[in-house]
Amino acid sequence: MKEQLENIKELAIGDFLNAKTQQDVETLRIKYLGKKGALTAILKQMGSLSAEERPKFGQLANEVRDLISGTIEKRITELKKEELQQKLGSEKIDVTIPGKRHHLGHKHPLSKILDEVIDIFIGQGFKVVNGPEVETDYYNFEALNMPKEHPARDTQDTFYIDENTLLRTQTSSVQIRTMEKEAPPIRIISPGKVYRMDEVDATHSPVFNQVEGLVVDKGITFSDLKGTLESFIAALYGKEAVVRFRPHHFPYTEPSAELDIQCFSCHGKGCRICKGEGWIELLGCGMVHPKVLENCNIDPEIYSGFAFGVGLERIAMRRYKIDDMRLLYENDMRFLKQF
Amino acid sequence: MNLSIRWLNEFVDINDKDIKEFCDKMTMTGSKVEEFEMEAEKINKVVTGKALSIEKHPDADKLLVGIIDVGSENPLQIVTGAKNLKVGDIVPVALDGSTLFDGTKIKKGKLRGVKSEGMLCSLSELGLSINDFPNACEDGIFVLDEPCDLGENIKDIIGFNDTKVDFEITPNRPDCLSIIGLAREAAATFNKNLNLHVPGIKAQNGNFSEKLDVTVEDAKLCPYYSAKIVKNVKIAPSPRWIRERLRAMGVRPINNIVDITNYVMLEYGQPLHAFDLRLIEDNKINVRRAKPGEKITTLDGIERELTNNNLVIADSKKPIAIAGVMGGEYSGIMNDTIDIVFESANFNGSSVRLTAKEHNMRTESSSLYEKGLDEHNCPLALDRACELIELLNIGDVGSKTFSCGNLNSDRTKVFFDCEFTNRFLNINLSKDKMQDILRPLGCEFEKDYIIVPTFRSDLKNKYDIAEEIARFYGYNNIPSTNLSGSSFGILSPRQKFEKKVAETMLALGVSEAITYPFISPRHFDKIMLPKEHNLRNCVKIANPLGEDTSVMRTVAVISMLDLLSKNFNNKNENVRLFEIAKEYIPQKGASLPNEKTKLIVGFYGENIDFLYAKGIVEELLSNIFVFDYDVSAYAELPYYHPGRCAKFTLNEDIVGIVGEIHPSVCENYDIKKKVYAIELDIDMLFENAKFDIEYKAIPKFPSVKRDLALICDDDVPVLALQKIIKLNAAELLEDISIFDIYKGEQIPESKKSVAFNLTLRSSSATLTEEQVNSIIKKIVSSLEKQGITIRDGANTIV
Repeated sequence: MKEQLENIKELAIGDFLNAKTQQDVETLRIKYLGKKGALTAILKQMGSLSAEERPKFGQLANEVRDLISGTIEKRITELKKEELQQKLGSEKIDVTIPGKRHHLGHKHPLSKILDEVIDIFIGQGFKVVNGPEVETDYYNFEALNMPKEHPARDTQDTFYIDENTLLRTQTSSVQIRTMEKEAPPIRIISPGKVYRMDEVDATHSPVFNQVEGLVVDKGITFSDLKGTLESFIAALYGKEAVVRFRPHHFPYTEPSAELDIQCFSCHGKGCRICKGEGWIELLGCGMVHPKVLENCNIDPEIYSGFAFGVGLERIAMRRYKIDDMRLLYENDMRFLKQF
Repeated sequence: MNLSIRWLNEFVDINDKDIKEFCDKMTMTGSKVEEFEMEAEKINKVVTGKALSIEKHPDADKLLVGIIDVGSENPLQIVTGAKNLKVGDIVPVALDGSTLFDGTKIKKGKLRGVKSEGMLCSLSELGLSINDFPNACEDGIFVLDEPCDLGENIKDIIGFNDTKVDFEITPNRPDCLSIIGLAREAAATFNKNLNLHVPGIKAQNGNFSEKLDVTVEDAKLCPYYSAKIVKNVKIAPSPRWIRERLRAMGVRPINNIVDITNYVMLEYGQPLHAFDLRLIEDNKINVRRAKPGEKITTLDGIERELTNNNLVIADSKKPIAIAGVMGGEYSGIMNDTIDIVFESANFNGSSVRLTAKEHNMRTESSSLYEKGLDEHNCPLALDRACELIELLNIGDVGSKTFSCGNLNSDRTKVFFDCEFTNRFLNINLSKDKMQDILRPLGCEFEKDYIIVPTFRSDLKNKYDIAEEIARFYGYNNIPSTNLSGSSFGILSPRQKFEKKVAETMLALGVSEAITYPFISPRHFDKIMLPKEHNLRNCVKIANPLGEDTSVMRTVAVISMLDLLSKNFNNKNENVRLFEIAKEYIPQKGASLPNEKTKLIVGFYGENIDFLYAKGIVEELLSNIFVFDYDVSAYAELPYYHPGRCAKFTLNEDIVGIVGEIHPSVCENYDIKKKVYAIELDIDMLFENAKFDIEYKAIPKFPSVKRDLALICDDDVPVLALQKIIKLNAAELLEDISIFDIYKGEQIPESKKSVAFNLTLRSSSATLTEEQVNSIIKKIVSSLEKQGITIRDGANTIV
């Protein structure tokens, strides 16, 4: 019997190691360990053994069973691994096939720039204020120290609705509306569409987008104007951007200035991009004219402030190297998709 | 404003300044240089030469062969086509390797087989015209009429070596529209002396009996008028130095009298006018408003009908000039003019501006006057003109000056507030240093006050003075500081809302567009708005660029259709665009229209249909937490397909429209695809959107799914069925969706089958079979009351 047992052990281990599938293993398991299996059959004969032999044989039979069970487990693990390998191999795909695309919308380049500008000023404590595009002559001109017949009105050729109503030529009108409503300290920017009578061409548009800013508080100085705008430029163009302030004239500021940025292309030497000047005009600014403050019932002896205005198209066109302003308003999908 | 550097040097010596440095520094003190041009750079290697002999070209009838002495050892042989060349003439010779005014390079070569070692030049090849050299031949070789050495650089001989600088002068500085004004700025910028000259007249032969009766009827429009008579003038071309200076300033020389008026205008910034005394009826000059309907033919030959707003210079009978704008055709200087009147007057700026604008005739003179000139300049300019007459010896200047009005002797005084200036600019400058800045600009000082020169009417208060100090202190020398004090920068809830709407659209695959808010009124026809539709009532631009941009849109979908049309035309197959756009709705009794903000979406292309469009609206609404809206068919907007348009309402108010654009409208916009549009009222959505998010616990108990297939009349909207189900299932209904809508076999005619999938869940316990069945029963009995039946007991329990 002992020999029989050894024989079964040998046979079983050999069979299991040769099993090719999990199914084979199961069949063999039944063959050896099942109710009618070889090992069970031998164990059934244990009754014929002597009382002395029985425990010894029992122990041996158990060892054989454990050995076979262990072999089964090992073989199953091996087979599972093999089968998984095979499955993975058969599932191989060409990963260079293009992915399935999802449609994302594209933000308009002017909005991208506006978002950036707004973020910069919010970081400096500015609020964002909106106002009407169809505006009264008073808010667009008169309150800004440009009474009727003021020659500076000619520089902003205006679309009129009637004698006292027009399409705003600047978002400064929003500054007046804000100053009328709110007491200083004021720190606002007002973005929006503005209108001037320019025929459409590569560098002109009768509608364009401006962001104007206003700060009014006690003790605001020309230094604050410079510092604030320099920070803005550094945030927009990077710390290496070089700016200069150049005297200019606006009826609503005194002193007035234009901020030029050194040409990125030639670094001030003069080239085609900056028309040989070495500098590119970027924005107008100045200390709020005392008359403008008075018009809004703010005492210029107590308060002072500064204002500035910048066109988004100019920034966007330079940033994205857009050479024709019309593209911004044509909204061709082939253009928009690039942003 | 053009500036001749040579002329400028007469008033301030800037010969030691490099032109680039001059331009940079002037720009930084506020006189912005647009560009500069060195005449000398334009022409190269052109010298004087003398024709020694001229012979016919052996092989060309129209060509000549000249031997030209250019002062070198060997004379040059040059082939020319000119007919006016004579032996002994001195002419400009472009040598081998030379450059002409227009950039043409000249090289030696052969012309019809004959060697030609250069080119003889005409006036235009040197950038000149007959006005610069009146005695020269206009269409032949420029023969110099003054003796000169041979081989000399032609630029020196003809004075073509000036530098022209073009300045952008801001409207507050009319004084800088003159050589003297810019010289004053240059003197202050470079810390140099300003050499001003006081014109003096001898009037030796001036004691003739002069009669000129000057009256000013409207002193408000003409505060000061002065005139002088010059007799026995000899009309001729001006001497070369005057012509050269005018040319460098971009003014065409005409004759000595006209040139003098232009010369003085450039020098002083004060327009002058010269009348022929013969043509001033009764020697009477009356400055008055024109009578309505009165006519004048101006120098440009145009007859103009005047209005009472126009100021004119009139004689006893008729207007002879439009004040400050242009003279009359028959009162100007002619070749046989003998006696003249020089006018130097001050006219009201706005009046001149409006008159010039009204008659569409802006002139050098009007653009000066409209900025507001200093009347104190009038007598100086008048004397300067007469001084030039005497200098050129071309007439007898009268001793009398005829004037009307007074030169205002009040001077503007500004309190000298150094402390304010230092504080305002954040600098620290002593009073002396500030005086050093202000003095060269013409300011004087009296105790604590600054006396402003009359030509600086822009200096009115301490802020204006601060700007002068800042300009010359240097804007870029002022320190920069950050704003002090804390301030809270944030977008308003409304701004955040619009941003969220835009971002949701981008996430849904719709790209952003930005359009012009003005449109052509023809679009109202294109979208088939009936003639009397209230949306045709719009804000109209009184002075539009053209019809295409003449009214403010009342329907922003128009702009969207327009750009979808352009995209279609550009062969873009799939287009999904949105714009947060304004509509401008006139309001009765209000001066300004209501500017409504709308979200406009437009699509066409693959897989885009009505439900796609509607899905966009539903996604957006759910993302802004607006759920309690109602949807129903809408056929009242003519530009939508009457059977494929829905309105979204909130408490009966329309908050949005979604629909297929009417095929006829698509045709009007040349779009050969089905187009869908969405219009949402941002203002109303903002009112109804929810901003406070409150977390709801994730369900602990399992859900139960049931399908419910119903049969109802074909025209019952599925939403009506859904509402009944929702009402009955109440809070136990977690989700409901439609998985099938079917018409046809097995369904009675004019009926449809709608299959719903319900998800039921209780937040407090696992739903039992009985509970679910009782809910379904309740729903079914409610539906049956509306004549809606269950399809073949098709209910299944999942």
